[in-house]
Amino acid sequence: MADDQMNGSQILLKALEEQGVDVIFGYPGGAVLPIYDEIFKQDAIRHILVRHEQGAMHAAEGYARSTGKVGVVLVTSGPGATNTVTGLTDALMDSIPVVCLTGQVPTHLIGNDAFQEADITGITRPCTKHNYLVKDVNALARTVHEAFYVARSGRPGPVLVDLPKDVMTAMGDYTPVSRVTHRTYKPRMKGDINLIRRAVDIMAAAKRPILYCGGGIINSGPAASQLLTEFVRLTGFPCTLTVMGLGAFPASDPLYLGMLGMHGTYEANLAMHGCDVMVAIGARFDDRITGRLADFSPNSTKIHIDIDPSSINKNVPVDVGIVGDVGHVLEDMIKVWKAEQASPDQKALAEWWKSIDRWRARDCLRYENSTKVIKPQYALQRLYELTKDRDDVYITTEVGQHQMWAAQHYRFDKPNHWMTSGGLGTMGYGLPAAMGVQVAHPKALVIDIAGEASVIMNIQEMSTIAQYRLPVKVFILNNEYMGMVRQWQELLYGGRYAESYMDSLPDFVKLAEAFQAVGLRATKPDEVDDVIREMIETDRAVIADIRVDKLENCFPMIPSGAAHNEMLLGPGDEAETPVAEEGMVLV
Amino acid sequence: MTTQTETEKQTTIAVLVDNEPGVLARVIGLFSGRGYNIESLTVAEVDTQEGLSRITIVTSGTPMVIEQIKAQLERLVPVHKVCDLTMDGAYVDRELALVKVKSTGEARVESLRVAEIFRARVVDSTSESFVFEIVGDTGKLDAFINLMEPLGLMDVSRTGVAAIARGARPL
Ligand SMILES: Cc1cc2nc3c(=O)[nH]c(=O)nc-3n(C[C@H](O)[C@H](O)[C@H](O)COP(=O)(O)OP(=O)(O)OC[C@H]3O[C@@H](n4cnc5c(N)ncnc54)[C@H](O)[C@@H]3O)c2cc1C
Ligand SMILES: Cc1ncc(C[n+]2csc(CCOP(=O)(O)OP(=O)(O)O)c2C)c(N)n1
Ligand SMILES: [Mg+2]
Repeated sequence: MADDQMNGSQILLKALEEQGVDVIFGYPGGAVLPIYDEIFKQDAIRHILVRHEQGAMHAAEGYARSTGKVGVVLVTSGPGATNTVTGLTDALMDSIPVVCLTGQVPTHLIGNDAFQEADITGITRPCTKHNYLVKDVNALARTVHEAFYVARSGRPGPVLVDLPKDVMTAMGDYTPVSRVTHRTYKPRMKGDINLIRRAVDIMAAAKRPILYCGGGIINSGPAASQLLTEFVRLTGFPCTLTVMGLGAFPASDPLYLGMLGMHGTYEANLAMHGCDVMVAIGARFDDRITGRLADFSPNSTKIHIDIDPSSINKNVPVDVGIVGDVGHVLEDMIKVWKAEQASPDQKALAEWWKSIDRWRARDCLRYENSTKVIKPQYALQRLYELTKDRDDVYITTEVGQHQMWAAQHYRFDKPNHWMTSGGLGTMGYGLPAAMGVQVAHPKALVIDIAGEASVIMNIQEMSTIAQYRLPVKVFILNNEYMGMVRQWQELLYGGRYAESYMDSLPDFVKLAEAFQAVGLRATKPDEVDDVIREMIETDRAVIADIRVDKLENCFPMIPSGAAHNEMLLGPGDEAETPVAEEGMVLV
Repeated sequence: MTTQTETEKQTTIAVLVDNEPGVLARVIGLFSGRGYNIESLTVAEVDTQEGLSRITIVTSGTPMVIEQIKAQLERLVPVHKVCDLTMDGAYVDRELALVKVKSTGEARVESLRVAEIFRARVVDSTSESFVFEIVGDTGKLDAFINLMEPLGLMDVSRTGVAAIARGARPL
C-alpha cells in the first residue's frame, strides 16, 4: 500500500474540498457513519444537520440558486435516500445544480434486501440528470469530480452518487480534479453564428417583437442578466419574464412587462399573443406559459435560445433554434446587432408600445383593498415597500396563491434573489430553501413567503433554523385554506370545497416560540406595517402569521386549456367564461 | 409560423453509449417515461477496448417527436453519439430469428420448401420438428413466420434489428 493512500471517506472529503464545497446539508445513519467520522475530524467543510432529508435537498437548492454554486447533500441509505426523491425531482425540473451523496449497504450485500437497502440509483434514474453507484474506491474521486461537473455544466441539474459503506472504508488512491475529463458530456456553449445573424435579421425587421426570458438566464450566471439587460435596452423591445426568470431583467425598467403565463400580466400575455417576432431566451415553453397550444402566439416568427437541444421544438415548433449558453449567445447577438446597425421600424415599434400601454392601463394586478381585512396582495406590497431599499433581500416561497402573489407583487431587479419551486410546484420548498439561502448569506434578510398549508410540510426545519441561529423570516399569508386548490374549486367545481379547508391549524405564534423563534401576528390592515418592521428588525428567526382574506382569488388567470387572450382579470370575469372540457383534464 | 406535419413515420436510430451498468435502463426508461414507442431495441458491446455498446432502436413518431427522441437521447450523460439512420441516407438492417416448427408429413415437407425459398437454414432437427435460422429485414422475417403459422409454428426467438449505414462513413 502506497503511503499516500486514504480511506474512501477521506477521499470523498478531499474531493469535496477540491470542488470548493464549504457546506453540506445532511443527516446521518448507519451506512454513512464512516463519512460522518471523517467529517468530525475536519473543519474545512461545515455540516448543517437538517431535520428531514427533503429539507436537506431544498436547502441545497436554495444555497445553489442564491450563490450559483453546486449545493451538496449527504444522507444515509434506504429511507434517508428515498426521502431525497422529491427534492431531486424538484431540482431536475428547475435545473438546479445539486450533488446528493447517499450511503448504501456494502457492495456484497447489494441486491439482498439488506437492512436499509434501497436501489436508489434505480429509483432516481428518471429524476436525476445523472447518477452513479461507486463500487471501487479508486474510482471514487473521479466519480465525485464528474458528478460536480455534470451537475453544473450545460443545463444544470441534480446528480446522485451512491456510496456503499465498504467503499468508504477501503483504502485507495485520490485522483485530483485536474486529471479528470469527461468523455462524452460536453455541452455546447457558443451558438452558431449564422443562426445568430439570421435571428438578428428577423428581429431587425420586427414590427411587434417580444423577448420572452426565463430561468436559463439565471442558470447562466449574473453576466447573462447584464447582457440581457443591455440587449433589451439596445433594441427597445418589450421584455417579459417567467416565474423562474424573475430578476433576470430589472422589474423597475419601463421595458419590462411583468411576468407572463397563467398568472402573468395582461400586457405580457397579450403581447405574447399578438407579437410578430418572439425571442425565447433560456425559457422552455412550459404549459403554464403557452396555455392552449393551438392558439399560442399564432402569428409570430419564433426564435429560441437554449443550451439544451431537447428544449427546442419540444412543445412549440420554432423557426430559428440556437443551441448555446445564453450568455455567450447574447454577447454575439449584441455584437452582430451593433455591427449590422440593425434599426427596426421605429414607427411600427412606437405603435406596438402604444398597444402595450393600452393593455397596461387595465392595471391588471389591481385589487379591491379593504380597511377591515388584510388583503394578501396588500401584505405583499407592504413587504416589498418596507424591504425594497435593502440590496440583501432574498425571497423564497412555498407553493400556492401566495407564491403567485409574491411573483406578481414583489419586484426583483437582480438575479439569484428569488427562489421558488416552479416546475414541480413542491409545497414545503420555501422554508428549507430559505434556510439554505441564509446559510450561504448569514447577514442577509431571507424571507419565506409562505402559505399556512405548505409551510407545515417541512415545519420541522424550524428546529435546524434554531440550532444554527439562522434569522430566517417566515411570512405566512394565512388564509386557512389551500387557497390555490380552493380557487380552482370555486371557479371550476361549483364551489365544492372538498378537503381544502385547513382545519386545526397550529397557533403559529406559539409554534414559533416552541422553536425558539419570535412569533408575530397581524389580523388587521393597520397592523401589517408594524409586524413587518418588527420582523425585519428582529435578529432571530421569526414566524409572522398574517391573517389574510380567506376567499381572495389570484388574478389575472388564464384557465388551463385557454388561450392568452381568454384571460380572467378579476371576480367579475368568473361567470362569463366556462372552461372547456379539454381544459378540465389539465392541471 | 411553422406548420408541423403530423404524419408518423418509422425511424431507425443508432446510439453509441458507454457500456456501463444502468445505461440500457436509462434508454428504456427514457422511452417509457416520455411515452415514445419502441418497436425494436438491440444492444451489444461493439468496442471492448473503449467499452462502447451500440444500441439500435426502431421507433415511430411525428418528425417533431423523432427530433425530441434524438435530443433526449443525446442528453443522457453516457451517450457518445446518436445517429438517425433513416434520415441520413441508405442503410442496411438485419434481424435474425430462430423459428421452431413441429409437424409431420405434408406440412413438414412444405415447411422445408418455404425455408428454402427464404434461405432459412435448418439448425436443429428431430423426427417431428425443425429449428430454422433466418436472417433478413423485419418484413422478410414477418412473412416467413406467417407462412410457418399453419405449418406447426411452436416458438419464435428474434434478435431485434441491427442496422448500419451504407458506404464508407463510420457512425
Ligand atoms: C402554482 C404555480 C403556478 C405557476 N404559474 C406560472 C405562471 O403564471 N407563469 C410562469 O411563468 N410560470 C408559472 N409557474 C412556473 C412554471 O410551472 C415553470 O416552472 C416555469 O414557467 C418555467 O420557467 P422557464 O421557462 O423560465 O424554464 P426553467 O424551468 O427555468 O428552465 C430553464 C430553461 O433554460 C435552459 N437553460 C438552462 N441553462 C441555460 C444556459 N446557461 N443557457 C441557455 N439556456 C439555458 C434550460 O435548458 C431550460 O430550457 C407556475 C408554477 C406553479 C407551481
Ligand atoms: C407536495 C404537494 N402536495 C400538493 C400540492 C397541490 N397544491 C398546490 S397549491 C396547494 C395549496 C397550498 O396551500 P397554502 O400553502 O396554504 O397556499 P395558498 O394557496 O393558500 O396561498 C396544494 C395542495 C402541491 N403543489 N404540492
Ligand atoms: Mg393557504
